[in-house]
Amino acid sequence: MSTGTASRGITKRIIACLDVTAGRVVKGVQFVDLIDAGDPAELAHLHAASGADEVVLLDITATSDARPILIDVVRRTARQLFVPFTVGGGVRSLDDAAALFDAGADKISINSAAIKSPAIITEIAERFGSQAVIVAIDAKRKTGDAKRKPEAAVAAEGIVAAEVYLAGGRTPTGRNAVEWAVEAESRGAGEILLTSMDCDGTRAGFDCALTASVAKAVNIPVIASGGAGTAEHFVDVFRAGCADAALAASIFHFGIHDVRELKAKLQSENIPMRLPC
Amino acid sequence: MITLIDYKAGNLTSVRKAFVHLGQEVEITEDPAVVRAATALVLPGVGHFVTTQRLATRGVRDAVLDAIARGTPFLGICVGLQWQFTGSTESPETPGLGLFEGQCERFRTTLKVPHVGWNQIARTAEGKDSRLLRGVPDDSFVYFTHSYRAPVVTGVSAVTTYGETFAAAVERDHVFGVQFHPEKSGDTGLRILENFCEYAAERQAARAAEGSAR
Repeated sequence: MSTGTASRGITKRIIACLDVTAGRVVKGVQFVDLIDAGDPAELAHLHAASGADEVVLLDITATSDARPILIDVVRRTARQLFVPFTVGGGVRSLDDAAALFDAGADKISINSAAIKSPAIITEIAERFGSQAVIVAIDAKRKTGDAKRKPEAAVAAEGIVAAEVYLAGGRTPTGRNAVEWAVEAESRGAGEILLTSMDCDGTRAGFDCALTASVAKAVNIPVIASGGAGTAEHFVDVFRAGCADAALAASIFHFGIHDVRELKAKLQSENIPMRLPC
Repeated sequence: MITLIDYKAGNLTSVRKAFVHLGQEVEITEDPAVVRAATALVLPGVGHFVTTQRLATRGVRDAVLDAIARGTPFLGICVGLQWQFTGSTESPETPGLGLFEGQCERFRTTLKVPHVGWNQIARTAEGKDSRLLRGVPDDSFVYFTHSYRAPVVTGVSAVTTYGETFAAAVERDHVFGVQFHPEKSGDTGLRILENFCEYAAERQAARAAEGSAR
């Protein structure tokens, strides 16, 4: 039996995120001030070709506009995409989810609807499997600051208190992010997508202490989101933040990094990566 | 023509899309008669082992066994691989096909379960000349998402390690199974599906030649 000296086992995942509104990819800073970044199908394909382990498409204004997600955009994006493809934003019912799976999504991400009616997590998981259900949590710290710190300082922070927000960061819920993640897992979520609203769009690093707080509290993968700016930020969130995957949007779209270059850097820091990809 | 077996557990879109991308015609069915007449059968699968109970109830299990006995190429994906074993502790009352010996069990590891993400496959000694993995280098990455895994027994052509070593692929004659999702495993996965299609086409040509020689 070949064991392969290069064997690295399961890797950390780099997930390319496409924030979409009105059928176009956009990027904002801390959820506002949106600028156009391109066509979702084209960008998804480019990211996959350059080594993204997954692609996430979030319709970021579907919930606030109270309209269904754009099925034709999902179908077009899925057509030539042969890595896992997650779609979220405005998923309110089992029927919404079913339509997205039918259009080619492998996983759906639910956020506001899950908080308002947590039974939907179980409903979708029972029909399509837990592996197909990501609960997205947008969290904002109540106290303290989220900026980049050494690993020891992150560990010393312990469990971070952060509040869950709804509707693309517009509505506070009063719920604690760690507790909500634990409940989501118990209701059948297969993964948690955790976005730090404090860090999102700043390119100043992930909120590692918050990510670690959630990652240690659940037994399902945690995808860290918000704040990616450099390769070092990814090293931080995989080490100190204990993330299983990390998501980045803006750093890829404008060619600041391509995924392959980022992964090569992470591999050289002994973070296990899918390479060549 | 690839015949995808639908048993109403999860979604078939991704698997269908991958075969269409490879230039295949795809039909989706849970009709035992269609399964018996198929030239290449694929059973995708996600979710709970108990969902395969529907295949027995609807007569699809017997149709699959008949098709296999008559030499129809068969590929099981994820739960589709697990179904080819004797059974699974996930649903002890639901029998598998018993084409490979052993029970599927939940991962015994301190690592997070489910096993979600990209991991590597390595051929076993008997998988050295695997038809399904032709052209796929050892240590290639493929995408997994599962909590139960099949044991490493006779017929296992490739293994993966996640806390423990388990069956990533099985192969015996015209029966194939993969625990990972080739439809979600980039170029590596497409190569594996293409190998299956090529094998099915060769087999069909050989059967047609046999038929005309008679």
